[in-house]
Amino acid sequence: MEPVNTYRSGPDEQGHFGMFGGRYVAETLMPLILELEEAWHAARKDPEFQAELEHWAKHYIGRPSPLYYAQRLTEHLGGAKVYFKRDELNHTGAHKINNTVGQILLAKRMGKTRIIAETGAGQHGVATATVCAKVGLPCVVYMGETDIARQAPNVFRMKLLGAEVVPVVSGSRTLKDAMNEALRDWVTNVESTFYIIGTAAGPHPYPELVREFQSIIGRETREQMMEAEGRLPDALVACIGGGSNAIGLFHPFLDDPEVAIYGVEAAGHGIESGQHAASIAGGRPGVLHGNRTYLLQDDDGQITEAHSISAGLDYPGIGPEHAWLADSGRVTYVSATDKEALEAFQLCTRMEGIIPALEPAHALAYVTKLAPTMAADKTIVMNMCGRGDKDVFTVAEALGVTL
Amino acid sequence: MSETRIDRRFAKLKQEGRAGLVAYVMAGDPDIETFYDYFRGLPGAGVDVIELGMCFTDPMADGPNVQVAGQRALKAGMTLRKTLELVRRFRKEDDDTPIVLMGYYNPIYSYGNEAFLADAREAGLDGLIIVDLPPEEDSELCEPTIKAGLNWIRLATPTTDAKRMPAVLANTSGFIYYVSITGITGSAAADPDAVGKAVARLREKTDLPVAVGFGIRTPEQAAAIARVADAAVVGSAFCQTVADSLDDQGKAKPDCVTNVLALARALGDGVRGARA
Ligand SMILES: Cc1ncc(COP(=O)(O)O)c(C=O)c1O
Repeated sequence: MEPVNTYRSGPDEQGHFGMFGGRYVAETLMPLILELEEAWHAARKDPEFQAELEHWAKHYIGRPSPLYYAQRLTEHLGGAKVYFKRDELNHTGAHKINNTVGQILLAKRMGKTRIIAETGAGQHGVATATVCAKVGLPCVVYMGETDIARQAPNVFRMKLLGAEVVPVVSGSRTLKDAMNEALRDWVTNVESTFYIIGTAAGPHPYPELVREFQSIIGRETREQMMEAEGRLPDALVACIGGGSNAIGLFHPFLDDPEVAIYGVEAAGHGIESGQHAASIAGGRPGVLHGNRTYLLQDDDGQITEAHSISAGLDYPGIGPEHAWLADSGRVTYVSATDKEALEAFQLCTRMEGIIPALEPAHALAYVTKLAPTMAADKTIVMNMCGRGDKDVFTVAEALGVTL
Repeated sequence: MSETRIDRRFAKLKQEGRAGLVAYVMAGDPDIETFYDYFRGLPGAGVDVIELGMCFTDPMADGPNVQVAGQRALKAGMTLRKTLELVRRFRKEDDDTPIVLMGYYNPIYSYGNEAFLADAREAGLDGLIIVDLPPEEDSELCEPTIKAGLNWIRLATPTTDAKRMPAVLANTSGFIYYVSITGITGSAAADPDAVGKAVARLREKTDLPVAVGFGIRTPEQAAAIARVADAAVVGSAFCQTVADSLDDQGKAKPDCVTNVLALARALGDGVRGARA
C-alpha cells in the first residue's frame, strides 16, 4: 500500500477505508442507511447534540473513566509501566454504553420509536436495554441460543430492563446469526425502527459513528497521560471483537507515529487449530453484514464459525477500519489464546484487585508479553474495556470449579 | 447489450399476452441429484424463468424457508462451482429457459469476480440478482457483469422512493424485480391492489418487464399478481415443498421431485389462466 499522510481521514464518502467498508445491504435498507448518514452528519456538527452527549457521558455513564497505574503488575512484569484505561467502571460495566448513548440520542433525533440490537456476550444488549429504559423506548434484542445459554445473567438483566430478548436459532446460533436476525427485523420494520449496532462494523455509516462515540476513550487517555507522564504513551493495547473499544482507544493516536499500537484478536484454541476468532490472522477479505473486511471463511466464501472463550470476541469478522489499519501497517494485530486470557484474568485479579472481563483479559495477555521487552521508562496503556462479573461462571467452568 | 435469453423470454410472453412464472429454487436442495431432477423438469411444468438460489451461510434478507433450504444445500456439499456445473448440465438439454443466479456477494467475491463471470457465461447463465450489492457498489460486480453480456437484475422495494428509483433502474436489464413488501422472503403476501399501483408507478419510469415477488405462495396469489405484473416470482413455497418431502433423516422421499413439479404446474396454471 501507498504510505499515507494521515490515518484519521477515513472513511471516504462511500464509506470505504481503502478497499474495506462500504454499504453492502439489500435495497430495502439503502434509503434508511442514507437517511441515517444524513442525520448523523447533521448531529455531529450540532453543538446541542454534542452537549447532550457530554451531559450523559458525565452524569449517566460516569465519565471520564480513570487512567490507572497498575503498579504491582508493572513490578511483576519488570518492564514498561502499565496503565489501565478503566472503562470497566462505566455504568453497565463496559465500554458498550458509550456507543448506545450516542445511538439512542441519534434515534430520538430521527423520531424513531422502536429499538433493535444484536448481542453476543449480552454486554451490548444490556447497554442498549439500559438506554431504552432511560428514554422509554421499546427494545428488542436478538441473541443466539448458544449465547443465551452461556450468558444467563445478562439475559435476565436485559429482561429486568424491559427488553424483549429473542433467541436466534438460525445458523450457528451466535453473534453473527443474531446480527442476521436483527437485519431481517430492520428490513421488515424500516419505518419505525432504529438498529443500534454494537461494534464498529456493519454498513457505512456505522463503523464511523460507533468509532466517534467510542473515541472518547482515546481522547481522555491522551489528556490523562499528559497529566500523568507529561507525554504520550509508547504503546496502546486493546482486544478486538468487532473492534469498537480498540478503535475508540486507537483513533486519536493514529497520527502519532511514536505510539505503537496493538490490537489483540482471540486465538481460541490456537490459530493453527482452526478454532479461533482471529479474522486478520486467520481470515481473508470478504463481504458480510454490510461491509468488506477480513472474515473467517472457507474456500467457497461460506462464513465459518468463530471460537473464543469470550463470547464478546466470538465473531468471524472485524470492523473495516481495522482491516485497513492492518493492511496499511499502522496497527499491529496479534492474538491471545483462551488459555493465555484465563491466565491473565487470574493474574490481574490477584495483583490489582480488578476482575477483568474475558475480552480485555486477551489484551492483558499480550501486555504480559510486551511489557518485559520494553524499558522501565516506557509506558503502555491497555483498555480495560469491561469488568468480569459476567464471566465468573465461564471462568469457574474453565478452571474446573463447580459453583 | 445484445439480446439475452431473458429478453427473448419476456418478448415471447408479451406475444402470448400472458404473465410469466418465475420459480426460485435453492441449488443443491436437498441433495444435488434430486435437485437436478426437479430443476430440469421446471420448464416442462410451466416455469418460464428459473431463479437459481446460491446457498450462503448468512442470508440476511431471507426468511426461515429459504434459510433452511440453503443450510440443506450446504450440508449436501453445494458450492458455487457445483452450482455453475448444474447450469452447464441444464444447458445441454435446454437452451431457451433463462437462468438467473440469485444470492449474496461473498461466494462470488471469493471465487474471483472475473473468473466467475467467465465461467458463468460459459456455463450458460443469463443474469444475476445479488441482494447485497446496491447501486452504490455498482463498480464492484454490476458493471463487469454487464460488460460480460449478462443481465444485472435489481430489486426495487416499497422503500425505493422517486428520488432513488433512477439509480435503481440504471444498469438494470432483463427485468426489474419488485419486492412487494418491506421484509424478508416468505413473509405475508402483499395486497394485489397496492402491488398494482406500485407496478404502475414503475412502468412510468421503465420499459423493462416487471416481476413481482416475496410473499406469493398459492396459484390464486400468483394469478392475482399475473394480472398486474409481467411475472410472478415464487420461492419460499418451493423450499417449503422440498422440506415437506423429506424423511426423518432429511433425505428426499421418492415423491420429492413430483411434489415440486406439481407445485410448479399448479402455479403455472394459475398464471396462465389469470388474464383469460
Ligand atoms: C467487555 C467487552 N469488551 C470487548 C468486546 C468486544 O467488542 P469490541 O471489539 O467491539 O470492543 C465486548 C463485546 O461484547 C465486551 O463486552
